[in-house]
Amino acid sequence: MLLLAVGAYVIAAARRPDGGRQVYGIALFVCIVLLGLALGHLLTGRAPATLTLPLGLPWLGAHFRLDALAAFFLIVVNLGGAVASLFALGYGQHERAPERVLPFFPAFLAGMNLVLLADNAFTFLFAWEFMSLSSWALVMAHHQEPANARAGYLYLVMACFGTLALLLAFGLLAGPDGGYDFAAIRAGTVSPGFAALVLALALLGAGSKAGLVPLHVWLPLAHPAAPSHVSALMSGVMTKVAVYGFIRIVFDLLGEPVLWWWGGLVLALGGITAVLGVLYALMQHDLKRLLAYHTVENIGIIFIGLGLALAFQANQMYASAALALTAALFHVFNHSLFKSLLFLGAGAVLTATGERDMERLGGLIHSMPWTALAFLIGSAAISALPPLNGFVSEWLTFQAILISPELPQWLLKFLVPAVGALLALSAALAAACFVKAFGITFLGRPRSPAVAQARETDRYSLVAMFVLASLCLLAGILPGLVVDGLAPVVGLLNGGARLIPQHHQPWLTLVPVVDVKSTYNGLLVLLFMALSGFAAAFLIHRLASAAVRRGPAWDCGFPDANPAFQYTAGSFAQPIRRVFGSVVFQARERVKMPPPGDLQPARLEVKLHDPIWERGYAPIAHAVVAISTRFNYLQYLTIRRYLSLVFGALVLLLLGMVLWR
Amino acid sequence: MALIADFLVQGCQMLLVLLLAPLLTGWVRMIKARLLRRRGPSVLQPYRDLLKLLRKEVVLADSASWLFRVAPYLIFAALWVAAALVPTFASGLLFSWTADLIAIVALLGTARFFLALAGLDIGTSFGGIGSSREMMIASLAEPAMLMMVFTLSLLAGTTELSSIARFILTADVGLRVSLGLALLALVMVAIAENARIPVDNPATHLELTMVHEAMVLEYSGRHLALIELSASLKLLLYLSLLGCIFAPWGMATAGAGLTAYLIGMTIYVAKLAFGGVLLALFETSIAKMRVFRVDQFLGAALMLGLLGTLLLFVSRSR
Repeated sequence: MLLLAVGAYVIAAARRPDGGRQVYGIALFVCIVLLGLALGHLLTGRAPATLTLPLGLPWLGAHFRLDALAAFFLIVVNLGGAVASLFALGYGQHERAPERVLPFFPAFLAGMNLVLLADNAFTFLFAWEFMSLSSWALVMAHHQEPANARAGYLYLVMACFGTLALLLAFGLLAGPDGGYDFAAIRAGTVSPGFAALVLALALLGAGSKAGLVPLHVWLPLAHPAAPSHVSALMSGVMTKVAVYGFIRIVFDLLGEPVLWWWGGLVLALGGITAVLGVLYALMQHDLKRLLAYHTVENIGIIFIGLGLALAFQANQMYASAALALTAALFHVFNHSLFKSLLFLGAGAVLTATGERDMERLGGLIHSMPWTALAFLIGSAAISALPPLNGFVSEWLTFQAILISPELPQWLLKFLVPAVGALLALSAALAAACFVKAFGITFLGRPRSPAVAQARETDRYSLVAMFVLASLCLLAGILPGLVVDGLAPVVGLLNGGARLIPQHHQPWLTLVPVVDVKSTYNGLLVLLFMALSGFAAAFLIHRLASAAVRRGPAWDCGFPDANPAFQYTAGSFAQPIRRVFGSVVFQARERVKMPPPGDLQPARLEVKLHDPIWERGYAPIAHAVVAISTRFNYLQYLTIRRYLSLVFGALVLLLLGMVLWR
Repeated sequence: MALIADFLVQGCQMLLVLLLAPLLTGWVRMIKARLLRRRGPSVLQPYRDLLKLLRKEVVLADSASWLFRVAPYLIFAALWVAAALVPTFASGLLFSWTADLIAIVALLGTARFFLALAGLDIGTSFGGIGSSREMMIASLAEPAMLMMVFTLSLLAGTTELSSIARFILTADVGLRVSLGLALLALVMVAIAENARIPVDNPATHLELTMVHEAMVLEYSGRHLALIELSASLKLLLYLSLLGCIFAPWGMATAGAGLTAYLIGMTIYVAKLAFGGVLLALFETSIAKMRVFRVDQFLGAALMLGLLGTLLLFVSRSR
C-alpha cells in the first residue's frame, strides 16, 4: 500500500525534460508494479487498505483507500498506462516537441491513479483537477495548430464546469457539518431531494468528463488533438476514471435509498448517447476523431448497464442488478482494451504516413501488415463480434435487459425495450463504422503518395498493440474468469449480491443467471470456427486446387487505374447518412453541375448540422458574449464609481441576509 | 459411449446442413424457373457449380491483400458454425448451449463484417458500393432481428434456441400477437439478409442496385465456391430458424434414438422444401424495390419487433 502511494509520487516526480525513453521506461515499470498490486488486491479479496498522508488541508489530511472498486479501476488505468508507455518508447521518438509531452505524461498517470485512491472529497477533487489540467497540457502539446487551441479551450471550459458540478455534489453529500471524509459521507444520510440533486450533479460532473451526450462536445476535439498514446489514455482510460467517479458517488457514497426514476434517467441518457455517438462517428473522415466519437457510444453502453443496475436496486432486485453491474464493468474493461488498441493503431498510421484524414489513406495493409492485423482485431472487438471480448459485455447487457420486464414501474416498461432497441441499433451501426474505419484506411489502394511509401511501425509499438489485441481475444474466450474477477466489485456496490462463480461451469461456459439458461461459450465458438475454417482450407488445398494467378482487377470489365475511383469514406457512409443522417443531422446533398461546355468539375456538396452544438451550445455562447459585451463598460469606470458599486453591493447583500433570516 | 453418440449426432447435424445447403438453393431456383414456365437447371446444379469452381485456379487482383484470401474461410467458418448451432432435426444436442440466439445473430454479423471488408479490399467502385449498402441494410436488419430475439426470449424465458423450441411445443403457448409480429419481422429480415427480391436480386450481376453480388465480384475459383456455399448456408440457416422457432413440430429431442432422428430429419427436409416453395412464390410475385426503399422495409421490421417486445413488457405486470 505504501509502495502504491510512493510509486504514484515517483511518477509525478519524474519530470525531467530530457530522455524520453527514461520517462516512459519508468512510467512503464511503475504502471506494471501498480497493476500487479491492484490485481493481487482484487484477486485475493483482501480487506480495504488505507493510508493517511499529512498533505492538503491541515484538518483533513490526504486520505487514500484501496478497496475492490478502486483496485478494479486501478487495473484498467495501469494496464492502459503500461501499454501506452510501451508504445511511447517507440512512438515518442517522432515527437516534435517532447518537452511539451514528457513532463505531463507521468503527471497525468499519477493524477488518474490518485483519483481512484482518494478517500476524501478534497483529495478526490484535487486529483481530479490535477488529472484534468495535466491532460489539458497534453492536448495543448501541439498548440500551434488553431484547431488544437480551440479544442484545448473548450476542454478547459468543460473540465471546469465538470469539477464545479462535482464540488457542489460533494458539498451536498457532506452536509452542513462538513464531513468530507468518504467514510463520514457513507455513514451520513441525505434527504431524497438532495440525493436527486447529487445524482444530477454527478451526471453533469462525471458525465462531462466521460462524454455523455449532450456534454460530449469537447471530447471528439480534445482526444484526437493529443499525441496518440495520450489519446489512447484519454479515450481508453480517463473516461473510465470518470465512470469510476460516477459509480463511487452514486452507488457507494450516496447509498440507499435509490429511487427508480434515477435508473430511468441514466438509462435514457445512455441509450441516446450510444446511438448519437456512433452516428457522429460514422459521419467523420478523420480517423482519430472517428475513434473519439466512438468512445461516446461506448460510454453510452456502460451507462445503460449502470442505469439498469440503479433501476434494479431501486426495486430490491439485487440479483438482476448484479448482472447489469457486471455487464457495465466488463464493458469498462473491454473498452479500455480495444479503444487504446485502436488509438495506438491510429498513432502508428499517423507516424507512418503523416495523415489522419481517411480520404487520403488506403492500402496500408500491404505496407503495415502487423499494424493492420492488430487494428483489425480491435475493430472486430469493438463491433461486438464473437468470439472477441466486445461481444461478451454486450451480450451480458442484453441479458440484463431481458430480465427486466419484472420491473414494476410503467415508464421503465416502455423505456427498457426502447433502450434495448437503441443498443441493438448502435451495435449494428458500430460494425458499419468499423468496416469503414478499417476498410478505407487499410484496404484498397493508396489514395496519396505519402501513404504509398509508408513503412511498418517500430517493435515497441507493435508489442504494445499485440498485448492489447491478445487480451481482447483472451477476455472474449474466457469471459467467465473476468466475471469472477469482477465479483468482489459487484458485491461491494450491490449490497453483497453478485453473480454465481463462473469458473466451475463445464467447458468454461458463461452462465449469468441459472434459471434463465441462456449461455454463451466463446472458447468453443472460437474452437469450432478455427476447426471448420482450417479443415476447409486444408481439404480444398489438398484435394481440389491450390493454384493462384495474379491479374488486374475485374470490376465488371471497367477497372480504373486511378485510385481516386475507389470508394471513399464519404461515399461509404452515404447510404447511412441518407437513412439516419437526414433526420438527425439534417444532412442535405446538393450536386453542382456546371453548364454544358464549362470545363469545371461537377461537385457534390454535403451539409451536416450538429444539432447539439447548434441548438444547445451556440445559444449559450452567444448569450455569454452578448451579456459580457453589455457589461463591458464596467471595466472602464472611475474609482469613485467602483467604490459606490462596492458599497451598493454590500448594502444589497446585507439586506438580502436580513430578509433571509 | 453416450458421449460418443452425442458427438456423432452433433457431427451429423454439421454435415447435414453443409450437404443440404446447395440442394436448397437449387430447389428454390428450380421452383422459380418452373413458375416462370422455364425448365431451369437441375436441382443438383449448385453442387456441380461448386465442384467446378473448387477445381479452378484462383485469379487474384493485383491489389488483393491477405485479408481477401483469408476472408472466404472465415466467412464460411462463421456461417457453418452458426448454421450448425440452430436445431434442425433434433433439439438439445451436445453443443446446443455453446451459443444462444443472440450469439448466432452476432456470428452472422462476423461473417458480414469480413465479407464487407473483402468487398473493400481490391479498391474498386463495385466492391465499395456493395459493402456500403450491405452495412446500411445490416444496420437495420440486425436490430430488427435482435428485437425478434427479445420477443422470443421474453416469452420463453431464455435466449437458447433448443429451450425456445421446446417452449413453443408446449401446449400453453397458443396464438399470440407478439409471436405473429416476431414471425413477420424475422421473415422480412431473412429476405433482406439473404439478398432476395425485393431487397436484392440473387440472379443478377449487372445492376446498379445490387448489393451482395457486387461485394463478391472479384472472387473466383475456390474462394468463390466458399462464398457461394456460405450464401447457401445462410439461406438454410434462416429457414431452419423459422422452422425451429415457429414450426418446431416433429423435432426429436436429444437421445431419442435413431428412428426418432430419422423421422425428425425427414420432417426437417420437408419443412425446408416447403419454405423454399414459399420463398420462390414470394420472389416471383413481387418486383424489386429501390435501394432507398429498403430502409423503410427494414424499419418496418424493426418497429414490428419492437412492438412485439413492448407488448410483452407491458403485459407482464407484478
